[in-house]
Amino acid sequence: MSTTPQSTPSAPRKILVLGATSGIAEATCRIWASQGASLFLVARNAEKLAAVAADLKTRGASYVDTAVADLDDTDQHPSLLAHAINSLTGMDIAYLAHGVLGDQAEAEREFNTAAQILHTNFMAPVSLLTWLANFCVQRHAGTLAVISSVAGDRGRKSNYVYGSSKAGLSAFLGGLRNRVDREGVTVLAIKPGPTKTAMTANMPKSETFADVDSVAEAIVSAIDKRKDVLYVPFKWQPIMFVIRNIPERVFKKLNL
Amino acid sequence: MPDPNTTEEAQSKVQAPFESWGRYPTYDAKLLPLHWQGDYPALVENLHNGALPVGMGRSYGDVCLLKDGNLLVTTAMNRLISFDPKTGLLTAEAGVSLAQILDFAVPRGFFLPVSPGTKYVTLGGAIANDIHGKNHHSAGTFGCHITQFELVRSDGSRMLCSPTENPEFYAATIGGLGLTGVITWATLRLKPIVSRKIDYEGIQFHGIDEFLDLTNQSKDIEYTVSWVDVTSSGRNFARGIFMQGDHSTKRDDLTRSPKPKLVFPFEAPGFALNSLTVSLFNTAFFHKQIHKRVVAVQDYEPFFYPLDKVLRWNRMYGKRGLLQFQYVIPWEHAKEGTIAVLREVAKSGLASFLAVLKAFGDVPSPGMMSFPKPGITLALDFPIKPDKSFPLFQRLADMTREFGGRLYPAKDAAMTASQFQSFYPQWQQFAQYRDPMLTSSFWERVTPNS
Repeated sequence: MSTTPQSTPSAPRKILVLGATSGIAEATCRIWASQGASLFLVARNAEKLAAVAADLKTRGASYVDTAVADLDDTDQHPSLLAHAINSLTGMDIAYLAHGVLGDQAEAEREFNTAAQILHTNFMAPVSLLTWLANFCVQRHAGTLAVISSVAGDRGRKSNYVYGSSKAGLSAFLGGLRNRVDREGVTVLAIKPGPTKTAMTANMPKSETFADVDSVAEAIVSAIDKRKDVLYVPFKWQPIMFVIRNIPERVFKKLNL
Repeated sequence: MPDPNTTEEAQSKVQAPFESWGRYPTYDAKLLPLHWQGDYPALVENLHNGALPVGMGRSYGDVCLLKDGNLLVTTAMNRLISFDPKTGLLTAEAGVSLAQILDFAVPRGFFLPVSPGTKYVTLGGAIANDIHGKNHHSAGTFGCHITQFELVRSDGSRMLCSPTENPEFYAATIGGLGLTGVITWATLRLKPIVSRKIDYEGIQFHGIDEFLDLTNQSKDIEYTVSWVDVTSSGRNFARGIFMQGDHSTKRDDLTRSPKPKLVFPFEAPGFALNSLTVSLFNTAFFHKQIHKRVVAVQDYEPFFYPLDKVLRWNRMYGKRGLLQFQYVIPWEHAKEGTIAVLREVAKSGLASFLAVLKAFGDVPSPGMMSFPKPGITLALDFPIKPDKSFPLFQRLADMTREFGGRLYPAKDAAMTASQFQSFYPQWQQFAQYRDPMLTSSFWERVTPNS
């Protein structure tokens, strides 16, 4: 049990984080750390991962362990996940936060570039979620929280390769939820909008961008409430409702 | 529609204005966020026009600007590294803000050793400007509480700097305006508190003599600062309120602060602040305290950071922005100098909303280029009126020089090279420690001959 001031009275939650050095994942983990959670962090870059792990430990995480891995390598997933859950001695939440935007222009010319984006954003999460869902179903417990995107709600010319990878992921999550909900397993699809970063801090209208800490708070709260889908900030839910419902004969003429 | 989930790499090279808090001058620069301790100097390879590490843009003039250059924005490099509750030593990346440090430290019973007038500054910025606070007379500058830091240079070398290791770079970097290299992390000594509360006392005074008497009587009080009315003359000349406080020693609530909700919503028109409105404000502020002496228990937020309640309050000054002016005049001429400057400001009729007066103590700063020294410091701000503000500034800067004082680079947008070089005669020695990749519009302005 952690002795930090903000720790919760119950036993610390055991959380597996994949893509732990991404901005939104890191902000989310800071909240969990201040609550005294136990964390297992996976990322590609050892140096960045160590910096994030030290931060979370300092902020009050009861336990922090890490593994360096390239999640594109799906063959490694079963041993990686088994090792992580062994280290945490269980798992209450798996948080999938890795992904790439990719180069849309290049992906329009080169199938291999498109395939790489689809692999990282779709195939790799499918591999992880297949293993994790079966683990959770056996125990009739657990939450799978996955960062998808509003871009997956409708393909647009500016980023349809990225968008289609997220569309596939969102569809997979919907089906998976339909299968495992009755087994006591929660599947949360997270769809964030543009988020404020260091770079945008002094840009005009940057105050209209979402603050990464508020995005993280919304994610933590959605997980606590066992929600199914989270648009964050919330305004993206009505915006995407409108965009999804624009007739194709109009939509194809738009510059989005 | 903007792309959500864009990677940091894809967003990194965007041309966008980065404003200093005075919003004058404004220059275009390329913003390059530093997210990780290893990002510099790899990020600036093959870049021309120099670079400058910056934090939250809370310095007023051009020490945080680099015209047509590359600004290395450190605010995403904001991780904590370790904290020892036995010693209060916190090690953190340099882009962490003092607000974030307080959110971490206050619930654990710790507080900043030195607090400036806003908590929205970074650890690195606080070191680079060797900032001071209301406890300068007892605690010295921020740099006095930095036990060590890492400095990364454009040649890729990484140096641990402390009073005993690389002491010359330690001294050059504290107050070194970000020019000696990129501070990746630093260790800060926090101090224990048992309550968020401040035992506060506000005392009205009339004239500099009464201010000096109060200063002498309050030597054992940790925090002192005065607001002074610079719009009044005659009977009310240099009237003000002397504010003092200590951390309450009665055990109490140690929760973290709620988030601020107010944002100054628009740019005020240029005429909104004029001598009439500012004079009314000053009179109202003085009489808000209707008794000669007021004793109260106050939360630390309004005591230290009254203006942080309204985010982006600098918009009140309109799009022309504001100029700050802050001097320190040593004790020898402190009284006559302060009276002369206050008379000059009152005579000019140029409104100053916030005039802050404080006595600096004699705790030496570890920084080679640090601003504070024993004496009186006065900070003023003015809306910019091009034909009037700058001539007044030159007069005030020259008066400061005659009284043996100096100006604060973090609050300056107007001092000349010759003024700077006489205020800081050690500047050439300091220049030897500059990272050749790094410069600022301030540095280019005040050392054109270097």
